[in-house]
Amino acid sequence: MGKERAAVLGVGQTKYDTTYPGSMAGMLREAAANALEMSGKGWDDIDAVIMGKAPDFFEGVMMPEVYLAEALGCVGKPIMRVHTAGSVGGSTACVATSMIQSGVHETVLTIGWEKQSESNAMWALSLPQPFATSVNAGAGGYFSPIIRRYMMMTEAPELIGCMVALKDRKHALNNPYAHLHQPDLTFEQVVESPMLWDPIRYSETCPSSDGACAIVLGSEKVAEAHDGPVAWIKGIAMRSESGSFAGRNMVSPAASEACADDVFAQAGIQDRRKEIDAVEMYVPFSWYEPMWLESLGFAEKGQGWRMVEEGATSIDGGDLPVNCSGGVLSSNPIGASGMIRFGEAALQVMGLAGDHQVDGAKTAVGHAYGGAAQYYAMWVVGADK
Amino acid sequence: MADEVLTAPLVLEYPFTRTTGPVIGGFLTGLREGVIHGVRRSDGTVMCPPLEYDPITAAPLSELVAVGTVGTVTTWTWNGEPRAQQPFAQPFAWAMITLDGADTPMLHAVFVDSADDMATGMRVEVVWREEREGHITDIAGFIPAVASSTGEPAAMPSDVEQIQSVRTPIRMEYTYTPGRALSQYLRAMKDKRILGDKCPETGEVSVPPRGVSSVAGKPTLPELVDLPDTGYIESFNITRVPIKMRPDLTPPYVSAWIVLDGASVGFMGLGMNVEPEDVRVGMRVRAVWKPDDELEMSAQNILGWEPTGEPDEVITDYARVGRLEQGGGQ
Repeated sequence: MGKERAAVLGVGQTKYDTTYPGSMAGMLREAAANALEMSGKGWDDIDAVIMGKAPDFFEGVMMPEVYLAEALGCVGKPIMRVHTAGSVGGSTACVATSMIQSGVHETVLTIGWEKQSESNAMWALSLPQPFATSVNAGAGGYFSPIIRRYMMMTEAPELIGCMVALKDRKHALNNPYAHLHQPDLTFEQVVESPMLWDPIRYSETCPSSDGACAIVLGSEKVAEAHDGPVAWIKGIAMRSESGSFAGRNMVSPAASEACADDVFAQAGIQDRRKEIDAVEMYVPFSWYEPMWLESLGFAEKGQGWRMVEEGATSIDGGDLPVNCSGGVLSSNPIGASGMIRFGEAALQVMGLAGDHQVDGAKTAVGHAYGGAAQYYAMWVVGADK
Repeated sequence: MADEVLTAPLVLEYPFTRTTGPVIGGFLTGLREGVIHGVRRSDGTVMCPPLEYDPITAAPLSELVAVGTVGTVTTWTWNGEPRAQQPFAQPFAWAMITLDGADTPMLHAVFVDSADDMATGMRVEVVWREEREGHITDIAGFIPAVASSTGEPAAMPSDVEQIQSVRTPIRMEYTYTPGRALSQYLRAMKDKRILGDKCPETGEVSVPPRGVSSVAGKPTLPELVDLPDTGYIESFNITRVPIKMRPDLTPPYVSAWIVLDGASVGFMGLGMNVEPEDVRVGMRVRAVWKPDDELEMSAQNILGWEPTGEPDEVITDYARVGRLEQGGGQ
């Protein structure tokens, strides 16, 4: 296809927290500056800025790309905003990568963010409609019936979700950027935390976070000249589908499987579980870990929960560590959450993941989904070209 | 009549909270104290109102500079029909005003009797709101400056509490139009009839009607299909703690995907007259309607869904939802 190679040169994040103490512009600037620092690039080296953001209603800032251009050093340069609901951070990284793969730009800054402290995402997701009844309240109410179906389909033990929640919160202890640091959290506490959206417990849900994640991407030429590790992008893929139609596979939507098939084919991956060293997947509710393990082809259908039960997805001895950063369950600045998955996957193969580094990780996956589990974005990154 | 499309007002309103950071926070703190600040840019010029990053160099800016409260109109336009949230209820001018000591203009309102009282180059002075809180609305607007006004910046008191965050209510008013297919559905609701629409290609029946088949991407058949008010629960959620956004619902309550008999796709409904613990996937249910004299053109005519007591629907594939073939079960 004549695609140019692209690589990650730098990843920058802010400390995820309930409230970022500065302005939205300042928060983005901090993440971008951190990414530039790792990449060894300056503001003048950036050809274009590609930003991603969840619905405007989440913060009430309409067209934030206009207000935030200067904060991102984007004076006299192209700026573009991507939007695919919760998967937007991943889609944005994919679009930014395609800017380099197409040969249009050499060096691109991409960023996703959310400042949940400025608003109430549950309100924005539960807007009343005239003439209609709405009994839904937030994302948990939407995903709970799907999780119930998965539990019935697999007859998985009831506490698999609690195991995922505890594992991700333990992983988060090794990530200084993670929002939730709960060193004393026990399995019993997770199990005994109140049911919110039965069968989803409070401890099995993600927090509301402020934060931004930025990535500096470079062409092959730029990456070759870079003094330091890079993450080569082996494949990018995006898919979408309608949120409701007869016969829709709600547990493993067709768009999810197609997205995974595409990205692994691009990367030349045959045995997904064996060849992938680390996965950062979008798990806002704990049960989505076993569900995505199956949908992305890391486990046979109906068997994903066994990997959780066996500890296969733990950084502590597992063969397929999932969400070593603590994942969405430990930090959820919505518009950034997909970008964080992509950035953390890159950090793993760059060997720069710090205390949550998977030893010798060579190939990693970043994954994001959004909407009614209807938008998907993935990339595969590798230490070797 | 049958083709008449319904409309209804839709108002979205929410008080967002902005964390300001030091530059915007400093500007707002000044307003509360009756002082207007600009910010000094890298080329030495002063931008008012301030921004956190230089629009020309993108460099971070931090040095706040007090500017005057009198300025010069650089251009303007007349607003003959003010809207509810604008600075004045009577007609006024929108003007770009460069305050003394600033190099860039601020957009604000000038309160004069008519457009004849406005001119580019005219001098205007700020009108402060009586009660100030550290918000952009602390400036009520501008009026033509009297000759004695110097507009010298006031001294900023020391040791004042800095503004860290600010509430910015947003209100949007829409006219919601459900469209032709949904309008028919809503009209039928008044007669306790439930209508769905059918895909010409797959035969998929959707309720509420969508006007378009989401699989085939084709318009649905113009003739809508009458459906019974019975069906089954595909899956459900039990909300067990109060949700602040929904004070009308008392937990625990069941929100369930309901698939009507003869429909291919489910929709979300409220479980009624059943303990949450007794709700099952596959449970047969029927609609609980509002009393006849309260029926409107609204889906709210159905209060919820209660068990019929019939044997459960047999579900063989827990991953897939709806009926693949209309009327054919799973």
